[in-house]
Amino acid sequence: MKIVTICGAGIGSSGILKVNAERVLARLDIEAIVIAADVASVQDVAADAQVILTSAEFVEAIGATFADVIVIENYFDTAELSAKLEAALG
Amino acid sequence: MTLPPLPESAIVLAAEAADWRAAVTLAGEALTRSGSAEPGYSREMIRMIEQHGPYVVIAPGLALAHARPGPEVIADGLSIVTLASPVNFGHPHNDPVSVVLGLAIASADTHLAAVAAVANVFNDSSAIADLAAAVSALEVQKIMGAVEL
Repeated sequence: MKIVTICGAGIGSSGILKVNAERVLARLDIEAIVIAADVASVQDVAADAQVILTSAEFVEAIGATFADVIVIENYFDTAELSAKLEAALG
Repeated sequence: MTLPPLPESAIVLAAEAADWRAAVTLAGEALTRSGSAEPGYSREMIRMIEQHGPYVVIAPGLALAHARPGPEVIADGLSIVTLASPVNFGHPHNDPVSVVLGLAIASADTHLAAVAAVANVFNDSSAIADLAAAVSALEVQKIMGAVEL
């Protein structure tokens, strides 16, 4: 499984989302590769991804994709991440 | 996981900022004082938000201001600005912001270790309120784990 986290710069916020998503996935016992990327490269990086994690601001720019686009409000709230990932993957 | 340097010169407490641009500029100036960024880095951070929206408000009350690695970045570094009066960034859920983290990353290859350390601090849900209420730079450094307790 491939999960991509998207932000404007591809560092910083998408990195935090990646780190916390990996923690949650380990707890849920789900094996996945999580890649942090900037919104400009989303079409390439996320072409074969099952899930895209991002903020509401990027949903429109991400555009058409086969992946489930999940909007995260609080990047540090692992309960939110866990519930939304479980709903998408379960 | 190592937190980017957070020296006293990069910490500003109870600052006055008229709006989000002023708040981000304070975080950039702090990175310049600590030797992590050129003065133009503030402008880069503001441009990211103008271009992509207030997504840098990644948790209630907290903005992670940052731009890409580039000529305006001298070395990895963190700055922290707490605001006397919180400002709105226009985020649908996480406004108003009382703590602005400035992050300068010199190389995209090493950024994950740095942000993992930042994530560790804030996975403690009291960290944002503790920072907002901090009255000394040392207290901020302790909350961030930047000094030995």
